[in-house]
Amino acid sequence: MTTYDIDLGGRGPALEARDLSVFYGEKQAVQDVALMVPANQVVALIGPSGCGKSTLLRCFNRMNDLVKGARVQGTVDFHGQDLYGSGVDPVEVRRRIGMVFQKPNPFPKSIYDNVAFGPRVNGFEGDLDGVVEDALRRAALWDEVSDRLDDSAYALSGGQQQRLCIARTLAVRPEIVLMDEPASALDPIATQRIEELIYELKRDYTIVIVTHNMQQAARISDFTAFLYMGNLVEYGPTETIFTNPREDRTEAYVTGRFG
Amino acid sequence: MKDEHPPRRRFHDELDALQEHLLEMAGLVEKVIREAVAAVLTRDASVADKIVDSDDRIDELEVDIDEKVLELLALQQPMATDLRKIVTANKIANDLERMGDHAVNMANAAKRLSQTPPLPEIRELVEMAEIVQGMVADSLDAYVTRSAAKARMVCITDDRVDELRRSMYRILVTHMLEDPKRLSGALELLLVSQNLERIGDLATNVSEDLVFLVEGRTIKHRAETVPHRSTLRP
Repeated sequence: MTTYDIDLGGRGPALEARDLSVFYGEKQAVQDVALMVPANQVVALIGPSGCGKSTLLRCFNRMNDLVKGARVQGTVDFHGQDLYGSGVDPVEVRRRIGMVFQKPNPFPKSIYDNVAFGPRVNGFEGDLDGVVEDALRRAALWDEVSDRLDDSAYALSGGQQQRLCIARTLAVRPEIVLMDEPASALDPIATQRIEELIYELKRDYTIVIVTHNMQQAARISDFTAFLYMGNLVEYGPTETIFTNPREDRTEAYVTGRFG
Repeated sequence: MKDEHPPRRRFHDELDALQEHLLEMAGLVEKVIREAVAAVLTRDASVADKIVDSDDRIDELEVDIDEKVLELLALQQPMATDLRKIVTANKIANDLERMGDHAVNMANAAKRLSQTPPLPEIRELVEMAEIVQGMVADSLDAYVTRSAAKARMVCITDDRVDELRRSMYRILVTHMLEDPKRLSGALELLLVSQNLERIGDLATNVSEDLVFLVEGRTIKHRAETVPHRSTLRP
């Protein structure tokens, strides 16, 4: 196991994985990863296909519980508690640590009902209109949809749908937002909007993002983790990873000498 | 970690081509410095025009490299060593171009010098010219072989050049005071010593850039001898 001495600039960890391994049946997809995610920062996970980055991301809100045959070892510390400890409710974990997926996946409902869905399921009894507006504003979508909240979510463009999904995630007031290639199905302009949004969001949230796009990781993240064949090869400030990485394998990957 | 078909081969071929351009430029700069120094020491007026022609080619190469650098940065989004290679090539090209200009200055000084009464040989000038040419050669050698150790030696040598320039100043002022007929010749040599000193500084810049290329850290402005702000922990 490798640990990295990272200057967090006085920030506490929002999440900390220790000795984290994931198995799909016999196959080990993630091997003994130690990774600290600083609060209110954007951490990018990069690496070639099959390196374990999405699997690692899914450990952070116990999404792997839903994958048949997946087994997780090790700990993920969140506010002093192990997410995998006994008595931890995975549903509550997923409320506090939300997730946005590669393809926008709005429900076949109105824009309003998509955002209100989470609070309703959680039995929210306050000002629902206020919660919906706040979430849509945070997701930088409010100005585009405020006069047509009752329209179907499917009437929105792909980029708007993805921001709607982000609003839906934010509506349940998570602390951490996990994003699995949130812009890979979007056009360049919609991608830029999502990237701007991520930058805005880190004031209030901690973000962990998986991306296939190295330039995107370089643009939006504060820290970058490079994974290769299930191992965390290098983790450090994004600037270091992309200008002067310590490990030869990271260098070879970010300069396109293998992949 | 070897890949038979690396995903960015075309880009890396272009990077190699950029370096080839830079080395062509470096070869020309070494040549004009050598010719200019020889012209000064032998009071030869004939080479100045030839050096100006070579300098035009050096200027052209600098523009080519600037354009290529901009193109690679804009279109390829280079990372890590590739990024440092490109940024360094840009800076070294600028340094080489300035060296070429200083060689032209020296060649013009040689031309004017040939019209003035000769001065007694100044050993310091010969030594300075030798050291500076050695620094240029070593800095380029360090670049080609990616030798940070050699580059650091060049930086150290620069102190001796500065010392020699101060000696030259004293010697030339003495000549001027002793015999007013030596005034214009001594002034030309003063100019030459200033140009040599600047070439030494530029060779030092090239060496510092090479260390940055190899190690990814800055050793400029005596960052390795004096604690630098950026190296201090908060």
